[in-house]
Amino acid sequence: MAVSDPKVGLLGRELVVVTGKGGCGKSTVAAALAVAAAARGTEVILAEVDARGDAARELGVARRPEPSVETELAPRLHHVSIDPDSALRHYLADQLPSRALAETLLSSRVFPYFVAATPGMRELLTIGAVWDLTQESSRRTGERLYDLVILDAPATGHGLAMLEAPSTFERAAQAGRIAGQAGQIDDLLRDPRRTAVVAAARPEELPVNETIDLAEGLRDRLSMPLAAVVVDRVHGDPLTEAESERVARAGADPAATGAALAVHRRAVAEHGEIGRLRAAVECPVVTLPEIARSDIGPGELGELAGRLEALL
Amino acid sequence: MSGALPERLEGRSVVICAGSGGVGKTTCSAAIAMGLAAEGKRVAVITIDPARRLADALGLDELGNEPSLVDPARFAGDGIEIDGELWAMTLDAKRTFDELIESLSPDARTRDEILGNRIYQQLSGAVAGSQEFTAVAKLYELDRSGRFDVLVLDTPPSRNALDFLDAPERLTGFFEGRALKFFLAPTGLAAKAWGRGTGAVFGVMKRITGVDLLEDLSVFFRALGGLIDGFRERAEGVARLLEDDGTTFLVITSPEREPAEEAVFFRRKLREAGMPFGGLIVNRVHTVGDGGPTPEPETVAADLGPELGPELAAKVARAYGEALALAERDEASIARLRRETGERHPVIVPELDGDVHDVAGLVAVHRWLFDDAQ
Repeated sequence: MAVSDPKVGLLGRELVVVTGKGGCGKSTVAAALAVAAAARGTEVILAEVDARGDAARELGVARRPEPSVETELAPRLHHVSIDPDSALRHYLADQLPSRALAETLLSSRVFPYFVAATPGMRELLTIGAVWDLTQESSRRTGERLYDLVILDAPATGHGLAMLEAPSTFERAAQAGRIAGQAGQIDDLLRDPRRTAVVAAARPEELPVNETIDLAEGLRDRLSMPLAAVVVDRVHGDPLTEAESERVARAGADPAATGAALAVHRRAVAEHGEIGRLRAAVECPVVTLPEIARSDIGPGELGELAGRLEALL
Repeated sequence: MSGALPERLEGRSVVICAGSGGVGKTTCSAAIAMGLAAEGKRVAVITIDPARRLADALGLDELGNEPSLVDPARFAGDGIEIDGELWAMTLDAKRTFDELIESLSPDARTRDEILGNRIYQQLSGAVAGSQEFTAVAKLYELDRSGRFDVLVLDTPPSRNALDFLDAPERLTGFFEGRALKFFLAPTGLAAKAWGRGTGAVFGVMKRITGVDLLEDLSVFFRALGGLIDGFRERAEGVARLLEDDGTTFLVITSPEREPAEEAVFFRRKLREAGMPFGGLIVNRVHTVGDGGPTPEPETVAADLGPELGPELAAKVARAYGEALALAERDEASIARLRRETGERHPVIVPELDGDVHDVAGLVAVHRWLFDDAQ
């Protein structure tokens, strides 16, 4: 797997969306991909959406990031935390002829309810802010600021709803400015040459099922292929089957042999789940090893990034 | 030594299992329900998204959206006798929402208008928040039916535990809010806004969003107008139920950092909201040995060398060393959870060997939850 898989080619896209079942390492995978891309000379920005700043923390940022502030954490490696409220503020300021009008709208008593009450509006604002990042260009040179945007997206169901929001709005609004913009965003999201969706999973039954469902949902609802699956926290198998039988018969140190056999059985089960996943999805599946540490920092991320080279 | 669940659940009629996704919440919920049913109670467990095989193991009918009785014979082979009744269901969020609209609609026309509305279809579908709301709506309905002694609710796998606590309030706030009043107003601002297109604010809104969406919204809100009282009543009932003395929240987590932080956060929110906290369950804890001695990995390599050969002995020692490291990590996490939640005796369930998504797995988890002798 050391050679880049040309079918994936994440570096050639404008947007990589990382989603997956909750607790499956989405943030870790997104951050590791960003580290790997920056190491390859790509100007990359990692966008987080739920204000917890997990990915930022793994990248070594001590404080919870300010929403909507783009910062360069390491050479070519940028980060931003997207929050729908400030996205709305930016959006209106951009769209309206005057700042005063935007402020009037924002301070009106009805407007916030309107936004909160419109299903999918927050999702649309969030994905709209992501789209802006893909388009952002330098005032000085006019060149795009970022070659690649990596989105640490919400978990599967909500993530899919977010990717669908633009087309829903386009259909619902039909005319008007939002429809036009939603259409543009939708064009980006449904073009597999420009956007890749990567799923984070774990080698367990439920995450594997959810990943298979995600691949189907992407195909049926958005006509998009899943670009790759990254299976996080895979345990190495310390023993072959024959060795495990010998260890099971050993008399000494039952705590130690028991532990080694338990790891072996778990690895076998995980191997089975990964096989089931590989058989069900058409995209490459790469694995990341379990790291027996509670805190993943820049060092561990660099190691994981190396494993994701094949996807670039 | 862990805190025994049975006495903590004594006299409770609603048990809500909260926590992050991926920590085994559904399995714990089902095992708790099974344990209470074994004690002779009539129990219903509302699950959100069970593993296919857990659903099969319980014989869950996915299409029902109503609890179905689990055949006690399913557990007989694993030594569990159900003296009471165990009922189980998988929540269908969309259907629960539709049923709520049906029961609250004053007439068939209003019902059809809402169910057919594009905005409603969006709202009741996958959009975040509706699953939380429908879960408590179902809980409330089953509680009022009086058919069960205990209800066990497995909460939706939302990343933010707050979504669940706030769901009823958020949704009713939305139904009662100014937006609704605004859309319902027959004259005044609303009429001006899209009747004649005057008023900078609404003119802009219309220009940006497109007219159709506003019309959909307006129809939606108008139709919902007739349901407001019903919704308010329902939401108040739900809020009372969540705060009731018969209700208790169990916070379930794994020892991993993110779920553990979420558990601490949720414990704090429960305290702030004045909700009853019934205990902390730490699931999937890595352990080594059965409480016997745990020698140093180097000793192990030397001990096993003669029997297994140096190479294999070293492999075992290394795997064992890694297992010890994981167990230490988890122990540190539990100590921290104790400190930060104020729960002195969390219930500890080890990472179980093999499959937990079947009857044998449920019984194994049950043993750790209900057996004080662990």
